[in-house]
Amino acid sequence: MKRILEANIGLVFFFLYVPILAVVVFSFNSGEQISVWEGFTFSWYAKLFEDAALWRACRNSLIVAGVATAVSTFIGTTAALAIERYRFRFRTALTRCLYLPVIIPDIVLAIALLTFYVQTPIPLGLASVIIAHCVFNVAYVTIVVRARLQGYDNTLEEAARDLGANEWQTFWRITFPLIAPGIIGGALLAFTLSIDDFVVTFFTAGVGYTTLSVHIYSQLKFGITPKLNAISTMLLANSIVFILLFLWFQGGATNSQSRDA
Amino acid sequence: MRHNYQRLVLLFPIVFWLVCFFLLPLVSVFIYSFLERGTYGGVRWIFTLENYARLFDGLYLGILWRSVSTALICTAVCLLLGYPFAYYLARYRPKHRNILLLLVVVPFWTNFLIRTYAWILILRTEGLLNSFLSALFPNWGPLELLNTPLAVQIGLVYGYLPFMILPLYAALEQLDMSLLEAAQDLGASPRRAFWHVTVPLSLPGILAGSMLVFIPTVGAFLTPDLLGGGKVSYIGNVIERQFKTARDWPFGSALSFMLMGIVLVGTVLYFRTLQQDET
Repeated sequence: MKRILEANIGLVFFFLYVPILAVVVFSFNSGEQISVWEGFTFSWYAKLFEDAALWRACRNSLIVAGVATAVSTFIGTTAALAIERYRFRFRTALTRCLYLPVIIPDIVLAIALLTFYVQTPIPLGLASVIIAHCVFNVAYVTIVVRARLQGYDNTLEEAARDLGANEWQTFWRITFPLIAPGIIGGALLAFTLSIDDFVVTFFTAGVGYTTLSVHIYSQLKFGITPKLNAISTMLLANSIVFILLFLWFQGGATNSQSRDA
Repeated sequence: MRHNYQRLVLLFPIVFWLVCFFLLPLVSVFIYSFLERGTYGGVRWIFTLENYARLFDGLYLGILWRSVSTALICTAVCLLLGYPFAYYLARYRPKHRNILLLLVVVPFWTNFLIRTYAWILILRTEGLLNSFLSALFPNWGPLELLNTPLAVQIGLVYGYLPFMILPLYAALEQLDMSLLEAAQDLGASPRRAFWHVTVPLSLPGILAGSMLVFIPTVGAFLTPDLLGGGKVSYIGNVIERQFKTARDWPFGSALSFMLMGIVLVGTVLYFRTLQQDET
C-alpha cells in the first residue's frame, strides 16, 4: 500500500514538472526546431532584448497588472473590513455576489464585459482591460484579507481607543500593521492573476493593446519559434520569485500569530 | 450615526464596482442573448428566442455533451491522482511536507499559456514523447497526439490538478487521527476504516476540489484551442468563435448564459451537499 502511495507521489511530480523542465532545457537549445536538441546556446535570450514587440507587450502587462492590483487591493481591503466589521442588510447577498466572479467561467465574464463596453463610451484599450481585471481581482483580495481579519484580536483596537487614539490613528497604527500581511498577500495574488490572465484580456483589449499573454498566444497560434522557450523560462523564474514573496509574507503572518497565542 | 457613515465609505467602492462592472455586464449579455444578429456583426434590437432554440440543435447539444463529459473525466482523473497524493502528503513529516506542498503550488502560479505550450513541445509529431519512443522502439512510427481530444484531456488534467490537491490536502490534514484509531480498535480493517471514516470526513475537500476542477474545465477555451488545434469543438471555443470570427454575438451570448447556468447549478448543488453534510 505504501509503495503504491509513494509511486503515485513520484508520478504526480513527474507529470507536474517534466513539461516545465522541458521548456527550460529547450530554451538553451541552439537549433531552429523547438523540441529537437542540437547544442547549447544563450542566443535566444539575447534575441529577447532586440524584440521591440515583446517589450511593448511587457510594458502593457505591467501597466495593467500594476494599476489593477492597486485599485483592487484598495477595493478588496475596504470590502473585507466592511464585511467583517459590520452587520448590514445585504451582507449575505454581497458576500455571495463576491464569489461569483471567481465561480463563473472566465470566458463568460470576458464576453459579458465586451457586450457591456460596446454600449458605453469606454473604449477598448488598456483601461477596459484594467477595469475587467479588477472584477476578478477584487474577489480574490477580499477573500485573502477577510481570512486575515478573522483571526484578528479586537481588544487591541479597543485598547488604543481607550488610550485616546482617534479612529484614523487606530486604523493606521493598529489595524493596518496587523492586517498588512493579508493585504500584501492579496496584492501579490492579484498581480499574478492579472499578469497571467489571457481570456479576459483577449476579449476586452482593443487592437494594438497587446499584453504579454496575448503576445505569447499569437506566437503560439501563428508560428512557434524557440524564442518562446526563452520567454517562458523568464516568466517561470518570475513566478517562482512571486511565490517565495507571497509565502514569506504569509509565513511572517502565521509566525506572528502563533507568537501572540 | 458615525458607524453608518464609516460603513458607507467602506462599502461604496465594492458595491459600485460590482454593480457597474459585473452585474450590468451580466445583464447586458442576457439582453444580447434575446436579440437578432446584425448583417455585418453587431446586433439588431429585435426580440427573438431563436438563439435559445438553436442551442437544442443536435450539433450544439453534442458539443455541450463533449464539454461536460470532458470536464467530468478530468475531475475524476484529478481525484484519482490527487487523493492518494494528498493522503500521503497529509501524513508526511511536517518539515518536508511544506516543501512538497510548495512544489505542488509552483505550477499553480505559473502562466497557464506556458504550461499548455509545454505540452505542445511534448506531444507534437517531432516532440519529446515521440523522440523518446523512437529511441526505445526504432520501428515505432510517430504517434499523432497533438490536436486530438486526448491531448485536450491531458492538458486539462495538467492545468487543474493542483486545484484538486490543495483542498484535499487541507481536508485530510485536519482529519482527527484518533477517529481512525477508534475504528481500528473496534475491529475495522484498515480498508474499512478508510472507506467509512477517512473518505466521509474528507468529503468537503473532495467536493471543493471537484468544483474547482469542474468549473474552469467545462468552459475551458485555451486548452482545446491550443492542444485540440480547433479540430474538436468545445463550448468555450464555440463561444469564442461567435465573438471573434462568426460575429454572431447574440448566439454567443445565449451559449454563455447556458454555460453560466450549468456552472451555477453545479455550485448550488455543491453548497446543498455541503450543508447536508454539516447537519
